[in-house]
Amino acid sequence: MDNKGIERALARIAHEIIERNRGTENLVLLGIPTRGHHLARRLQKKIEEIERGVNVPTGAVDATLYRDDLGMKETRPLKEMEIPIDIDGKVVVMVDDVLFTGRTIRAAMNALMDFGRPLAIQLAVLVDRGHRELPIKADYVGKNIPTSLKEDVRVHVEEIDPASEVVVVPLGA
Amino acid sequence: MKLKKKDLLGIEGLEKEEIELILSTAASFKEVSTREIKKVPTLRGKTVINLFYEPSTRTRTSFEIAAKRMSADAINISVASSSVKKGETLRDTALNLEAMNPDCVVIRHSSSGAPHMIARHLKSSVINAGDGAHEHPSQALLDMFTVKERLGGLSGVRLLIVGDIAHSRVARSNILGFTKMGASVTVCGPPTMMPEGISAMGCSVSHDMEALLKDADVIMMLRVQLERQKEALFPSVREYSRLYGLDAGKLRKARKDALILHPGPINRGVEISPEVADGPWSLILEQVTNGVAVRMALFYLLIGGVKE
Repeated sequence: MDNKGIERALARIAHEIIERNRGTENLVLLGIPTRGHHLARRLQKKIEEIERGVNVPTGAVDATLYRDDLGMKETRPLKEMEIPIDIDGKVVVMVDDVLFTGRTIRAAMNALMDFGRPLAIQLAVLVDRGHRELPIKADYVGKNIPTSLKEDVRVHVEEIDPASEVVVVPLGA
Repeated sequence: MKLKKKDLLGIEGLEKEEIELILSTAASFKEVSTREIKKVPTLRGKTVINLFYEPSTRTRTSFEIAAKRMSADAINISVASSSVKKGETLRDTALNLEAMNPDCVVIRHSSSGAPHMIARHLKSSVINAGDGAHEHPSQALLDMFTVKERLGGLSGVRLLIVGDIAHSRVARSNILGFTKMGASVTVCGPPTMMPEGISAMGCSVSHDMEALLKDADVIMMLRVQLERQKEALFPSVREYSRLYGLDAGKLRKARKDALILHPGPINRGVEISPEVADGPWSLILEQVTNGVAVRMALFYLLIGGVKE
């Protein structure tokens, strides 16, 4: 998937978010750092272009402190936590690059609950690669990519990587 | 990137990259204390024991709050009500505590090296919360954090430390920390409070405070330990205050944007006058706020990951 493909997928997701929520009222976009945060900003831009004159609060929710594997691995560096407004009663769309086991999303939802009680939480991902270990499903999917567990899916965004692309590589590559 | 040792015994044993890791992690944790629900589940099921052989309000509370905001269980032992009164040795106390499987022991002791001794006997992580006149690493880390947050970095910063350098573990840890991060440090105080050979730690030494003020980006005032006055380290409180106290008059000789730090507790009107302590450039309470974030970062980095 190249940058054009990513942009098209995000454009479709932007339309789907607006359609499903009948506009952008009460909408908040929260990306999961690092790349999910960049994708959330891109989605924000697209939604604000489609619905002229609206402003969609966009931020980041870092799931690190809520992970279930903290004591099993080396400490992970913490990432940005930016909750732009009070999320009580809001529809929060979480944005991530790859949906895999679902454990990061579980952790991110727990983090969100510590900030308030959203009316609803929805999930948008650029890639769903399968292999869920928890009962979690995305509401908006850019592309389903069936993978084996011996593979890794990498999303690169030109904001911080040399180019925007989605690649499937052998695990550990 | 992680910390290389299981313990935090001093700034001396830390590399520059480890200090940077602690400071950047603390920056993330600062946000947690601003939430309505000031708690994250990260250290659920971990136990932290605060073992304080010296009185402390700020540091002990700060470690306790930091542990609790991380969901660890914090237990405080103050020596006044412990078996130490019955003659138990430090080593035996430590081994008995370890038998209850804590993950981290935070210790303050009047003897330099006490935390190092128990760290050798314990499998759990040990944090030095002040040992004698030796080190107070978490204080130096929160001081570096506070300055870095205000000035953007530490490299090239000019720090002036004023007071009883000889008896100050805060001064020692800060000299080590700030110089490691590329700052320049000058220490200033009466000759009776200046240890011989302190310049070997990489700082310059002076006794003329007024002359130094104009070149300092950060002025750190140390508490005068009035209980030491019987040692006749200075003729009178009033004379000390006139020569080495920071008041509005002296502050006029400093840079307009100089930051003012004090590790607390402050003696108002002795080493710092009320109008300076409460003034716009005083970061004294900001230091206390940042102390919690820094200690949360220390717990996270020391006991948050897999046990080796």
